[in-house]
Amino acid sequence: MADNILEMRQITKTFPGVKALDNVCLEVARGEIHALVGENGAGKSTLMNVLSGIYPYGSYEGDIVYDGEICQFHTIKDSEHKGIVIIHQELALIPYMTIAENMFLGNERGGRQVINWNETNELAKKYLEMVGLKESPQTLIKDIGVGKQQLVEIAKALAKNAKLLILDEPTSSLNEEDSKALLELLLKFKANGMTSIIISHKLNEVSYVADKITVIRDGCSIESLDKKVDDFSEGRIIKGMVGREISDRFPKRSTDIGDIKMEVRDWTVYHPLYSERKVVDNVNINVRKGEIVGISGLMGAGRTELAMSLFGKSYGDKISGKIIIDGKEVKLDSVKSAIEHGLAYVTEDRKGNGLILSNPIKINTTLANLSGVSNKAGVIDKYEEYNVASEYRGKLNIKCPTVEQNVGNLSGGNQQKVLLAKWMYTDPDILILDEPTRGIDVGAKYEIYCIMNDLVAAGKSVIMISSEMPEILGMCDRIYVMNEGRMVAELKGSEASQEIIMSHIIKTA
Amino acid sequence: MDKTKILDLVKKYTMIIVLILVLGFFAIRTGGSILLPMNVSNLISQNAYVFVLATGMLLCILTGGNIDLSVGSVVCFTGAVGAILMTKYHVPFIFTVLAMFAIGILIGAFQAFWIAYVRIPPFIVTLAGMLIFRGLSNVVLDGLTISIKDYTTFVNVFGGGANCYIPDVFGDNPLNITCLLAGAIATAIFVFLQFRSRINKVKKHYEVEKAAFFWAKTVIISVVILAFTFRLSQHKGIPTVLIWVMIVVLVYGFITSNTKTGRYFYAVGGNEKATKLSGISTNKVYFLAYTNMGLLSALAGMITIARLTSAQPTYGQNYEMDAIGSCFIGGASAYGGIGTVPGVIIGAVLMGIINLGMSLMSVDANWQKVVKGLVLLAAVIFDVVSKRGGKMISKD
Repeated sequence: MADNILEMRQITKTFPGVKALDNVCLEVARGEIHALVGENGAGKSTLMNVLSGIYPYGSYEGDIVYDGEICQFHTIKDSEHKGIVIIHQELALIPYMTIAENMFLGNERGGRQVINWNETNELAKKYLEMVGLKESPQTLIKDIGVGKQQLVEIAKALAKNAKLLILDEPTSSLNEEDSKALLELLLKFKANGMTSIIISHKLNEVSYVADKITVIRDGCSIESLDKKVDDFSEGRIIKGMVGREISDRFPKRSTDIGDIKMEVRDWTVYHPLYSERKVVDNVNINVRKGEIVGISGLMGAGRTELAMSLFGKSYGDKISGKIIIDGKEVKLDSVKSAIEHGLAYVTEDRKGNGLILSNPIKINTTLANLSGVSNKAGVIDKYEEYNVASEYRGKLNIKCPTVEQNVGNLSGGNQQKVLLAKWMYTDPDILILDEPTRGIDVGAKYEIYCIMNDLVAAGKSVIMISSEMPEILGMCDRIYVMNEGRMVAELKGSEASQEIIMSHIIKTA
Repeated sequence: MDKTKILDLVKKYTMIIVLILVLGFFAIRTGGSILLPMNVSNLISQNAYVFVLATGMLLCILTGGNIDLSVGSVVCFTGAVGAILMTKYHVPFIFTVLAMFAIGILIGAFQAFWIAYVRIPPFIVTLAGMLIFRGLSNVVLDGLTISIKDYTTFVNVFGGGANCYIPDVFGDNPLNITCLLAGAIATAIFVFLQFRSRINKVKKHYEVEKAAFFWAKTVIISVVILAFTFRLSQHKGIPTVLIWVMIVVLVYGFITSNTKTGRYFYAVGGNEKATKLSGISTNKVYFLAYTNMGLLSALAGMITIARLTSAQPTYGQNYEMDAIGSCFIGGASAYGGIGTVPGVIIGAVLMGIINLGMSLMSVDANWQKVVKGLVLLAAVIFDVVSKRGGKMISKD
């Protein structure tokens, strides 16, 4: 029997309507680097949140055995107390505080109330040395790069006496050199007896650094690979990640694809805050009448940013490139002009960017096209508005007692339909659907696919951004693969497979 | 009716229920004197500025719980300029009024520019405005009080002094017939509109309220209008300032509930990002809210100097607080996106009744403040907690 520092036994975690984790088991031996791999939404982060107490004891089923005892973590503090420290993908540092202040935030040195700054800075210096960061503890976080910030996060974790370090996509925002340094650091920690769990999409890094790999797919733990006995090649890992059957989860449609409707040429977008960072890099895409085009890629590949920058420049800075609709170049400088030119962008974040949750279905449905239900003086015809909303409620099968119901009270799937209704009511020719089925149940997904088929059957063009590969493969006539701001491949729907898409992404990572 | 339905009803009409309870309380404690014709009339004239300012404040609050702290100072400043124009430069009535409106709009637009386009937090901009225009009022008036008692047109039109009532065209009667007639006409119009809307809805197969509920609502509101105008007719008739208040309430009530522009205010407060992505200029919405606040502050300035028949550098102090308080008591959400003009008016009436009732009971002025503060706090706590589904303590 190996000396396991951590065993997670049959963890099941359900959210309303979704089983995020289903009998997941994870065994981590003391002193190893254990990698957790899987597609977006497979349940990796959920599993780590269960482990660290973000989802408290009692909200899941199964046991966490750490250092030989069953643990019941109610908050992050509980797990940190035992030495389990998680470093999230999005860095949680405060820009206008110093490195030392950030490192000991919530873990202040000194007395009950009074902070001992000398001790704080001394300790900070010690941990910074351990991670090999040559910066003064007094430097402000905003003045150091992302790579160094990641090191500060690790130093912060060490300062909490971490025995089990969990890193969620630690290298996703780092360049190659910084990534390499970080991996070397992990190996150095391992030599000193530290155990780490690393979540990563970059399989080359995983096979370089990990001793064991656990593959998670659709909320289940599929297999565990051991470096000593198993094949650690990327092909082998990918097979584990995506090896599911695609059955008829997608409605059929007869394709009748017409001319090019919209073309985007040399599209480049910079980050609105870090003005030297290219988020979208020289992208060329097009979509035809009656066609569903998919954009595949990992989170952070720049897909949403591309879509929003196309949609009236609602994201980004220093945007350059051409948009050609029906053979004519158009300037879409505001959301209004984008809507007028027949574009609709259905956001991935329906609660944050899409709907007004405190307002009824009726008001949400007409918001982007209030002119449709009002006269020239701007007076709204409320009867007409009610009719329009009811019509879409019927058409899209939105399940609700009346259209006066607040959107906030609807299920995710129905909210998504209201969002679709809102944009369909603007009568667009080109719909950009950003993760249109995120977080909704299988039945509602199927209905959304049917709506998409109806749209293209009516001669509209659809661009679908999705992180779910089966959906991209099942629905799209053509697939673009995007990675790190660039289009790295264009595939015919019939030729594409998950392995091909994955390998395109990984090749360019 | 089952329990949840009753609860929903109580929740929907909380403030009206509270209003009735408070009125009943004061009616008993003051031996009915709060319901005397003179006091009903006073309730209107004393609080006219609150109604006007609270309506404007609602638009600001709708955009996301943002408030305008400068209104008291702007009221004072526009009033001061108006008084100076009339007394020192002998500007005719109509031009004085136009000038005051223009100044109000300019001040509003000035503040609105920083808030809407430069995105300086409204709290900061209007705090600065509060200081600037308070100071400028002093400068304009040279620190003195200027009487406008002799400018009777202005005073009468904006409802100050002793004779600012709509004269009775049917001669001198113990009851003001014009007022009664106006009340009857208003009731008739109200009933007609109620029926027309219901018939329309039935014809087009829309959902309608239960018949009993519809009748009860129509009858109760009609009775309230009639009783109210009857009381006024017993005391000199309709105060002229009530006309201004009615105009503001009806116009803004219509704008907020029935127009695209009105809808945008709610949308911005409900979810600004979603509104932007729907092709609506959110900058413009903010700009409109604060520019409009300047306009209504100017109107409130006219009402204030007319009522007090003078301009003074200290006028308008804490008016912003009355307006903000009325909005929140009247159900506007501290996070924006929720609130109605009728609700705000009920909030203002409630504040007015509490003021008047306590004065009639000769409660010490300091204790009056304590009570008003507690009422405001209770109203907002109710709003926040009920939105959290009844949970008192927010999750860490």
